[in-house]
Amino acid sequence: MSEAAATRQQRKVRQAIGEGPATRFVLLTIALAFLGLMLVAPLLVVFVEAFGRGLGVYFQALALPDTMAALQLTLLVAAIAVPANLVFGVAAAWLIAKFDFKGKSFLLTLIDLPFAVSPVVSGLIFVLLFGANSALGPWLEDNNIKILYAVPGIVIATIFITFPFIARELIPLMEQQGSSEEEAAVSLGASGWRTFFQVTLPNVKWGLLYGVLLCNARAMGEFGAVSVVSGHIRGVTNTLPLHIEILYNDNKAAAAFAVASLLAMLALVTLAVKTLLEARFAGEIAAQRRH
Amino acid sequence: MQVRAVNISKRYVGIAALDDVSLTVQPGELVALLGPSGSGKTTLLRTIAGLEHPDSGTVYFNDRDLSDSRIQDRGVGFVFQHYALFKHMRVMDNIAFGLRARSKDKPKESEIKRRVLELLDLVQLSGLERRFPAQLSGGQRQRVALARALAIEPSVLLLDEPFGALDARVRKDLRRWLREIHDRTGHTTLFVTHDQEEALELADRVVVMNKGKIEQSATPDEIYDTPATPFVFSFIGESSVIPVQVGNGRATLDERLLDLDIGNLPDGPAQLYLRPEDVVMVTDGGPGIPGLVVSTRRIGGMRRVTIECGLARHRIEFDAPAEIPINNSQRLTIRVIGGRVYGAGAEGYETEKLAASATSDFKWAKAEGWLDR
Repeated sequence: MSEAAATRQQRKVRQAIGEGPATRFVLLTIALAFLGLMLVAPLLVVFVEAFGRGLGVYFQALALPDTMAALQLTLLVAAIAVPANLVFGVAAAWLIAKFDFKGKSFLLTLIDLPFAVSPVVSGLIFVLLFGANSALGPWLEDNNIKILYAVPGIVIATIFITFPFIARELIPLMEQQGSSEEEAAVSLGASGWRTFFQVTLPNVKWGLLYGVLLCNARAMGEFGAVSVVSGHIRGVTNTLPLHIEILYNDNKAAAAFAVASLLAMLALVTLAVKTLLEARFAGEIAAQRRH
Repeated sequence: MQVRAVNISKRYVGIAALDDVSLTVQPGELVALLGPSGSGKTTLLRTIAGLEHPDSGTVYFNDRDLSDSRIQDRGVGFVFQHYALFKHMRVMDNIAFGLRARSKDKPKESEIKRRVLELLDLVQLSGLERRFPAQLSGGQRQRVALARALAIEPSVLLLDEPFGALDARVRKDLRRWLREIHDRTGHTTLFVTHDQEEALELADRVVVMNKGKIEQSATPDEIYDTPATPFVFSFIGESSVIPVQVGNGRATLDERLLDLDIGNLPDGPAQLYLRPEDVVMVTDGGPGIPGLVVSTRRIGGMRRVTIECGLARHRIEFDAPAEIPINNSQRLTIRVIGGRVYGAGAEGYETEKLAASATSDFKWAKAEGWLDR
């Protein structure tokens, strides 16, 4: 068969399972219009507002001490929360995907809990747990440990909120891959650790990376839960999202949008990195799926 | 290395996967575990490997009790149905994995490389050491998996449906090739299969399993010629089953005496199991069992004929020479020249084919004149 004929054949097959051109046009238009209105337009507004009064104003807004403090805190929180959830997420996914035990579905539901509960409620849970009126409160105070309205509280709330990202990304992947490669490794004499680092982990590295990127984006962007436990102390317990709200409420719209553009760019960079990695290693990823 | 599994039992949520099974594999022997899915053959193999823990029973390699031995220390080469190659490693790293994982007497990297190339040569894949598993065909992957298992110089080689995922042609080649490798390396080898042809062709000894028990353990010839149970008879090769009566040391079918050795079966109802070659067509007008042809199909140089005999329309399959024309609805006479009679109560292997043909129809018998005869 010539190449042209093959293409024709392919087109025929595609039409056999697809819709007519008119239907396709309408569906495509709806999808694109929706995307444009709900995703692209708001994102553009952020950048237009941020740069509206020139680059000078933009960088001035970013250079304010409070903004720099918020940026530092956000990076610190992410730097603790993401590695913590990396360890928890991998451990939980490994446990759920490779072993059978009682209460497995209960554990799965628990992992989803942070997704299901409103972030504000999550924040309140920690206020009730560590607050002055809680059972732990007096003990914490006696030992001079500050959790609420301090960095530890923000870190704990962020870890809670972002817990499902990595585990959720890995569980289906690990379940689909089964345990036979691990079984092969131990039958060849490899220890548990060796099996984990040389067989299990390389097999899920792309899913893991994606999970880490999503987890990081959320850790830096989380508002609700962090808002409840932080106490909004300027320059001390304000993360970037909280700082944006304060600026906005103070009628400093330009500054608010400048900081917001920082967060938005973070999201864009995350997506760009993911796409880049996928394109760069497309062959390897496909090969792993095919096998 | 001699492998002994003694009184192994294993239950999964109330269902017995292995029910007090004992098996001995002699050093250098090539043994097939044969059975339908759910017969417990894979569970037995995995228990010997140490991938499953039996509820009770003990596995011995020679006289070493393996109850407390981790799988890492057993020195088994295990080959999986779906290869289980490490997909992110090249062929050579796959094969070298077991050598590099050793905690003591770890060979030098140059020695590892030499071993890998030697094994690749053994499995006839020289030159492919830098490929990734995804760049190999199914048959090549399974050969890499075997080389990887052989690299650790295993005391026992265990293969779980090693050719199950391959197409028929590759399967036949690999079968012959595995036999050659076994003869050359002399490993004690145990493999699981549901393909009776594979088991009979490849193994020194075939162990037929059903419902968590061993039905028979014997050479391929004995398995085919003197199946110990109706299950073995019907699982190995083609078979027809018809009920007969046993009395005075003779078997009768619809009050016709059959010339069969029935051993010392008690009087009463029994089952006659027939292979296609146990039945011949009577062409000289001699005595026999009359029947009606319901279907014919060509199998190689023979014609496989299905006829219905007797009041209850028992179906019997036999082979007739292809040059004799036989049509559907034709009447002909057959004679039973072989087959085995098993007492009532024993169960054969229920295929869907057997179940589907078990229809009895009074009207049909009347219309065909069976009732008047």
